[in-house]
Amino acid sequence: MNPSFSSPTTNLLDEALGIGCTGSVPWRIALVQDCVEASGAFLLHHLLKRSLSAEAAGAVVFLGLAQPFSHYDRVLRKMGCNLSLQRNKNKLHFIDLLDLEFLVAGGTDQNAIEDGFMNLYNRILRFIEANNLMHNNGGWIRIIIDDISLLEIAAQGSSSHTFDFLQYCATLTSELDCSLLILNHGDIYSSEEDQCLLSHLDYLSDVVIKAETLSTGIAVDVHGQLTIINKRALGELGWSSSKVYNFQFKLKENAVEFFYPGTKF
Amino acid sequence: MEGEHAPALTIEDSLASSLGSSVFDHFLANLVSQIAAGKSQARGLVLVAFNRSPAFYLELLRRKGVDAQHVDKRVRILDCYSDPLGWKKRVPPLKTAQNLPVKANVACFSDARDTNKLMASILDLGKGTSYSELTATSCNVLNLVYLLTEFVGQDKSRFAVAIDLVSSLLRYTSLPIVAGLVNKLRSNDQTSCIVWLIHSDLHEQRVSAALAYVSTMVASIQPIAQCTDEQTSQQNSVWLGKNSDKAKLHVRLKRRNGRVKLLAEELHLDQVGVKFTAVGDQNSNAAKSLLPKVQFNLQLSEQERVERAKVVLPYEHQGNGEEIQIYDGRRSLSDSISISQPSVASPVISDTQVAPGIGEIHYVRDSDDEQPDSDEDPDDDLDI
Repeated sequence: MNPSFSSPTTNLLDEALGIGCTGSVPWRIALVQDCVEASGAFLLHHLLKRSLSAEAAGAVVFLGLAQPFSHYDRVLRKMGCNLSLQRNKNKLHFIDLLDLEFLVAGGTDQNAIEDGFMNLYNRILRFIEANNLMHNNGGWIRIIIDDISLLEIAAQGSSSHTFDFLQYCATLTSELDCSLLILNHGDIYSSEEDQCLLSHLDYLSDVVIKAETLSTGIAVDVHGQLTIINKRALGELGWSSSKVYNFQFKLKENAVEFFYPGTKF
Repeated sequence: MEGEHAPALTIEDSLASSLGSSVFDHFLANLVSQIAAGKSQARGLVLVAFNRSPAFYLELLRRKGVDAQHVDKRVRILDCYSDPLGWKKRVPPLKTAQNLPVKANVACFSDARDTNKLMASILDLGKGTSYSELTATSCNVLNLVYLLTEFVGQDKSRFAVAIDLVSSLLRYTSLPIVAGLVNKLRSNDQTSCIVWLIHSDLHEQRVSAALAYVSTMVASIQPIAQCTDEQTSQQNSVWLGKNSDKAKLHVRLKRRNGRVKLLAEELHLDQVGVKFTAVGDQNSNAAKSLLPKVQFNLQLSEQERVERAKVVLPYEHQGNGEEIQIYDGRRSLSDSISISQPSVASPVISDTQVAPGIGEIHYVRDSDDEQPDSDEDPDDDLDI
């Protein structure tokens, strides 16, 4: 394991998101919105690694709908983080939801879908409870969802039930020292009705991170740009002004580089 | 007023300018301050919290300087945020080392889809009748009696209702049912006023329109700077920055006689809260600054304005039925509108009637000699 990757160094993304050295964050709900040309998965990997670093004082609940555990394990291992070890230490609770039938196991009617989401919520609660009792309520909890559009598919397209589940996760963020990180794809919603979930998520989130390609096209040294809208920039609920950050990124083998436009060379 | 529906205020915003929650907070804090000071018709407030936790609102009121005792006595929060669908009753509760104290004036509501029950809970909280059932575990009897008498007061005491997000309620139920709930609240004798927040871009336009019909006032928050589709991402981030803490507030007020009054203000959000400024002030200041600073007067005085208004324009009819006579310099003076005194400079053509003893000028227009459609090019004699 490369020692330079195990100790977290501050970069533009960490500064924009206000990630402290213990991995704690001033926001409660963050939304990562990507597109086909600029995948935002690297952001989840980076934030997962920061959440499980040696100095981190919390635990992560990861809802994996897009990829199996082995995929994340392989990616994070290259970045210098051993997910299997973290899982064994109960710092990471990986909920494998690759089989999108988990919500309709009890039937396909609306009540069954709601019950399925309630069971999922219960699983998250039990992990938080176990973690709190083990560490005597110390540390924060981060819930990462990869990704919400697959959760909607699992709910047979019901954005209402999906949002109900998110609402309950959001209440955890205000009742406990808990944060929620959601990945969503911004370009899969065509009609205005479908965009309702996107808008709901935007209103719900304290921080929105948009991953896009460059308007000038494909470049060798710049793989895309990030726009970060931090609605609670000063950390106090409802009394802060928004801060908008815009910088570019380059994906390397083991890490990601963030830089302001024009400062690469 | 007796026999009238309670006034209702809709605050609406959109993602382009999402300061609606801050404006709602500002209005809520002001309303509670007025109620606490006895300056409002309402003796208490029932807050239906869908969007944010009761703890957030209690902290907000504390930060705004409302006395905690007044908040305990005058404010009741129906908590539709923590467990709107009753899931927490169906799963084992979270066992933590610390149990957060349950606030006496917060009642949890777990049937967000049942608007009849919601209506009944709002009215019960407002009247204080079923209060003991909702909070029996948290208060001792003496405290409960004190709180009830302080809140309800006289028999006809009224309470205000605030719904922090109608958009959430519309997710759980349909528009006709929500409109029905609002109408029932408005027509209830003990409701003094209602205020609610809606995010207009989460619904079809007909939803905003329907709720505007049942409101007496609609305050809509618009972005300060408009966004165009051609903007680049960097321009977008500048636009987002501009619109994040400033906005325009357009208020449409319906009077009882049917007249609609429109008001506009600008608002900006700072650390203290929301501040409003009149749009007019800024415009006149801007206009004043556009005039260059010179040593002569560029503007007209009142006298000069009056004189300018009296000037008869040559091509304008005066509305008195007279035929317009336009002097084109070809007809004689006698055929044209009479001039009070002939002056040396005025163009007078031949066959003028001249008063005896006064000099005359004979003027022959060169253009009379010219044949129409002459092929002569006036530039032919140029020798460059």
